[in-house]
Amino acid sequence: MINKIVNSLAEALSGVKDGSTVLIGGFGSAGQPDELIEALIEQGAKDLVCVANNAGTGHVGLARLMELGRVRKIICSFPRSANSVVFEQLYREGKIELEIVPQGTLAERMRAAGAGIPAFYTATSHGTLLARGKEEREFEGRHYVMERALHADVALVEAWKADRWGNLVYNQSGRNFNPVMATAAELTIVQTQHIVELGDLDPEAIATPGIYVNRVVQVDRGAPWAP
Amino acid sequence: MPYSRTDMAAKAAADIPEGWVVNLGIGMPTLIANEVPLEREVIFQSENGVLGMGPAPEQGKETPWLINAGKQFVTLRKGGSFCHHADSFSMIRGGHIDLCVLGGFEVAENGDLANWATSENDTAPAVGGAMDLGAGAKRLWVVMDHTTKDGRPKIVEKCGYPLTALSNVSRVYTNLAVLDVVPELGFVVRDIADGVSLEELQAKSAAKLHTRA
Repeated sequence: MINKIVNSLAEALSGVKDGSTVLIGGFGSAGQPDELIEALIEQGAKDLVCVANNAGTGHVGLARLMELGRVRKIICSFPRSANSVVFEQLYREGKIELEIVPQGTLAERMRAAGAGIPAFYTATSHGTLLARGKEEREFEGRHYVMERALHADVALVEAWKADRWGNLVYNQSGRNFNPVMATAAELTIVQTQHIVELGDLDPEAIATPGIYVNRVVQVDRGAPWAP
Repeated sequence: MPYSRTDMAAKAAADIPEGWVVNLGIGMPTLIANEVPLEREVIFQSENGVLGMGPAPEQGKETPWLINAGKQFVTLRKGGSFCHHADSFSMIRGGHIDLCVLGGFEVAENGDLANWATSENDTAPAVGGAMDLGAGAKRLWVVMDHTTKDGRPKIVEKCGYPLTALSNVSRVYTNLAVLDVVPELGFVVRDIADGVSLEELQAKSAAKLHTRA
C-alpha cells in the first residue's frame, strides 16, 4: 500500500540536510506552508538557499528562519514587501545573498526543472540589469535571455486537500507557486488541512498528481492570516 | 485642473473594450477595475493565478484564500478560474494578455519603461512580475503622475533609472494628459486636462510632445 501520510511535522521534515535548496510555496499568506516552515525552524538545517516569491515578513516563518542565521541565500522576485524588516537588515549587513528573478521566470525555472528542461529562452528581462551576464539569442527578430532550470532538494507545499497517494487539490489563489514547486524538488513535503480517502478527490480537480509528492502531513491551521 | 487618481483610472478604463484580458499592476492601475462596469465583460487577470477577478468583496465577506497580486482581497466573477504560477505567466509571456497597465518611474519617447529600481546600486530592488508583463503583454500602458513629487519630469527622452521593459509602452495616462507613444515619432498628446496648456505640459515633460496635425 502506498501511504505518503506521515504522523508529525517532525517526521515530515526529517532528513533535511544543511546546505539544501528549499522551495517555499505561497503568495502572500495564501497557500503558504506556515506549519512546515515552523517545523523546518525546529528541525535545525542551516546554510539553506530558500526560494520564495517574497523574503518573509515580520519575525515569523521565513523571516524567523533568516533571523536565526540559517539562510545563506534567498532567491525571490519581490524581497521588499511591507514589513520585510529581517531581510532588509541582513541584506544591509551583508549577511544574506540575494538573487532577484522576475516572477514569471522564477516560476518557469522551477517548471523547467520539474519537466526535465535544463534551460529556456524568454524575452523577459532582455535589455535590463537582470539579463547581465546571461546568454542571449535572437529568434525571429526578437531578443531572448537564457534562463536555467531551478532544481531544489526540498519543496514545502500547502494544499487544501490530499490523499495518501499525495494527490493534491488547492483552494483558490492558495494554488500559486505550490504545484510548480512540487515538481521541482527531490523531496516534496505537503501540509494540508484535509486528508481524504483515496478516490474521494475528483480526478479532474487534482492539480498536483501524487507522483510529485513524497510526504503529506495533516495540520489544523484554519484560514491563512489576512494578507 | 489636473486629473485625480480616479479620473486617470476612469480615462484608462474608458479605453478598454469588452473582451480584453487585462492585467493591472499594483497601486494606481488597480483602481482601473473599479471604473469598468461589470456589463462590459473585461477579464481581469492577476499573476498569482486568478483569471476573471470581480469587484472587491463586501465588508465581512473577504476570504483570505482569494487575493490579487497586490495581496488585496478580491472576488471571482462567474466564468473565472484559477491556475498555478507557471500557467499564469504562460498567459503573460505567451502573449495571451491583451493589455497590461503598470505604474511607472519614467517612460521614454521610444516606449522604454523604468519602474522597478531607482538606481543600479539599489540595495534590494523588487521586480515582481513587472518585467514579465512588460515584455509579454500585447499592449503596455502606464498610469503615473506626470512629474515626481519634487517636480522632475517622468516623461523623458531616455530613462535614467534601470529599465523594466524596452520599447513596449504605447500609452501613458498622467494627471495632466493622455499621451500615445508612437514608434519613430515619440509622445503624441491624445488628451489634456482642463486648464492645462500645451506649453505647461511641454514644460513639465523632458521629451518633445507632438500634437496630431
